[in-house]
This record gives sequence, C-alpha cells and structure tokens, in this order.
Amino acid sequence: MKKTSLLIAGLAAAPASAASVNVTIPRLNVAEYHRPYVAIWVEPAAGGTARTVAVWYDIKKGGAEPGTKWLHDLRSWWRKGGRSLKLPADGVSGATRAPGTHKVALPADLKPGQYTLYVEAARETGGREIVSVPLTVPAKAASAAGKSELGAVTISR
Amino acid sequence: MRIKTVLLTAAALMIAAAPATAHRQWLLPSATIFSGTDAWVTVDGAASNDLFFPDHQPMRLDGVKAWAPDGSEAKIENGATGRYRSTFDVKLDKEGTWKIGTAMNGVSGTFKVDGAEWRVGGRRGPPPAGANAPQPNFVASVDEIPANATDLKLTESASHNEIYVTAGAPTETVFQPTNKGLEMVPLTHPSELVAGEAARFRFLVDGKPAANLKVSVLPGGKRYRDSDGLMEITTGADGVAQVTWPQAGMFWMNTSYSDDKPSVARATARRLSYTTTLEVMAP
Repeated sequence: MKKTSLLIAGLAAAPASAASVNVTIPRLNVAEYHRPYVAIWVEPAAGGTARTVAVWYDIKKGGAEPGTKWLHDLRSWWRKGGRSLKLPADGVSGATRAPGTHKVALPADLKPGQYTLYVEAARETGGREIVSVPLTVPAKAASAAGKSELGAVTISR
Repeated sequence: MRIKTVLLTAAALMIAAAPATAHRQWLLPSATIFSGTDAWVTVDGAASNDLFFPDHQPMRLDGVKAWAPDGSEAKIENGATGRYRSTFDVKLDKEGTWKIGTAMNGVSGTFKVDGAEWRVGGRRGPPPAGANAPQPNFVASVDEIPANATDLKLTESASHNEIYVTAGAPTETVFQPTNKGLEMVPLTHPSELVAGEAARFRFLVDGKPAANLKVSVLPGGKRYRDSDGLMEITTGADGVAQVTWPQAGMFWMNTSYSDDKPSVARATARRLSYTTTLEVMAP
C-alpha cells in the first residue's frame, strides 16, 4: 500500500517534461552478490547544500532495524547530507535495485543554473564508486560512466 | 634554569615509575562515523611505540569515560584488559558527536626531610639497578608531604586522551572547552576529515590560543611501510594547527605544553598533554 502511494507521489512530482537521470547498475559476476546501496544527489556547481534525489537501501529490513545501519558506507553522500536526512524520506527512500538501467526523475523545482549530479554506489562484500555529471537546469543531455560499481549515468530532458 | 631541572627530574621520575609513559598512549575506535538506530563503537586502548599495534602495555580502563552528545556521562560497557590491550564498548544511543577518553591529573616531584630525598606521586617502580643503591622514600600525594619538608620540586601533570565518534548528524557540545589546561577545539569537525583536504584544530591553554605549539600527527600501520610518516605542525598565533591529510586511515595526534603556572598549590611547574585518534576518510 505504501509502495503504491510512493509511486503515485513520484509520478505526481515529475511532470512529463521534467528532466530525469538513467542510472545503470552493472551485472557483476561475483561469488557473493548483493544489490548495491545507491545515493543520487544534486549540488550547486558553485558550492552549497546537497539535495538528495534518491537513496536505495534495505528499506524493508524486518524487526526494529530500519535498514539504515550501513548507509554510512555511501560515505560521500553520508557526509554531504545523508546523515542529517530523516529516513525513510518520502519520494527519496527506495528499495535496492537489480542490475539494469533505472530512470529517476530529477526534482522539477530546481532553479535554473549549474549543478553537479552525483551517483554513489556501495555494495556489501564489494566495492564503492562515485560518478559525477555536470547538470544544467533547464536540463541538457549529459552523461558519464563508472568503471566498477556503476555503469552509465545519463541525464536526459 | 630551575624549571628545566625540575622538569627533567619529573620526567625521569615518571619513566622510573611507569615505563608505559615512554610509549604512545592510544585509543582506537572501530569506526568514527555511524548510521542506523543501534550503533555501538568498540574501542581498543594501549600504549606502544608503533600505532596501532598493541605490543607493550594495555591501557588502564578505570579512568576511561564517555560523554553523550548532550554532555551527559555515558556508560563504558564490556570492558576487558588483556596482556597488550584493553577493550570496551559504548552504545551510541543518542544522535550526534560523542567524546570518549581519559583525563589523568597528578603531581609528581621530590622533597627532602632531614636531608633524605622523598618522592611524590606515581607508583613504586622497580628497584634501582644497583642492589646497594638507597631505596627512595615515597608519599602518594601532596597532602602527605610532612610539614618539615624542604626543597620541594613539584610538577603538576595533566593529560587528556580523547576520541570523537559521531552517530547520525555531527554536533559540537562535547568540544565546549572548560578553559582549564590544554584543550583542542576542532574548526574542522572530526567527522569531516577527508584525504587530500586540509583540517584545522585550535589548541587552547587555559582557554587562550596556544601559539607555537608543536603538534605531532602520525598515521597508523607503520609495519607496512618504511617511514613512520610523522608530520609536525606548529600552531600559529591563533593556536590553530592545519593538517593536510596525505591519505585515508587512522591518525594519532599529540601535543604537549609546559610552563610554570600550575593550578596546584606548592607545585612550581606543570606539564600538559593532549592526544587524540582521528579517522580520515577516502574522498
């Protein structure tokens, strides 16, 4: 039920004309694979507060533990704003994703200007990688790619 | 001249009384940055030459305390002392920055009674090397110095060894200085130390900036390289030491300060020291 409402909220917040980012999680041939924790955030290019767009973690972990224990492994995101975010955050928190390409809407209310979009991934018993892409609002196409824990990160309008 | 002599005497006494003082005292937290709702930090404490390898003496746990982000004292749990290191846990059940460590205060030195030399403070060390050498006389504290004592040469010593760990968002309460003795107030929060970036720390003596203080910064893991990696930084007039972290990892930071302004009556000198262990993250 909650999932449905989150999806609806996500759709409502992202009009068809808004920009989005496609994040590719590579398929890795390793003995013990766990889906990575991923954080996506935007910072003004001239410096300023980070705004978290999405964070994918073990949001459905059972018991008293809300699945946040390992979020500090997303160490850049944690330092730049994750640690002061109240979780779960509506429209931001989500479950971990399987390998493949995932489309995430960027906030429609970003003021025009220059930003940097960051995607950070950290995997249990695996590595960690951060990929950054310059983001212009209104959005222009841009892309970058990771080498190990992330594939292509592509901004599209 | 007189101060120098007193200090030398005191230093010699401290070495004789407790061999561990010749080694580096360190606290090593399992991590300094925590997320989640049930965070625990587990800490090792020891004295050894090489950081952070416990191969000499364990830290005594009776003086270890912890302070929660609101400044209240917190519990030290699961304390145990092994041959080379002690270990204990702190449950980080409040969000913010915690302080964990030891503060040791004491007076040591010498005085004479009817021409015979007596010592104050410290524990009785091993007997002098020569079997025929006279055994020194000891009193445990300044209060026990007899009224007819002469030639008092007493040094006050105060040493802090503290670490800081942060659960969730960082806070500043535990850095509030008491304005007594040697203290460190971070200008860069200890949870925001990153390899390749500069961090700044202000040192205070009795609440005033401590200029020209020599601060030593040493990375752990000497066994895996040739150089000890020592960085020596001198504080400016504002008492600030700036460190640019050459790599990620755990770093030991230490400084000491001596003057002739003891806070204890009858002492003529004081020696202050401050030690911490800082975790530097990869960018």
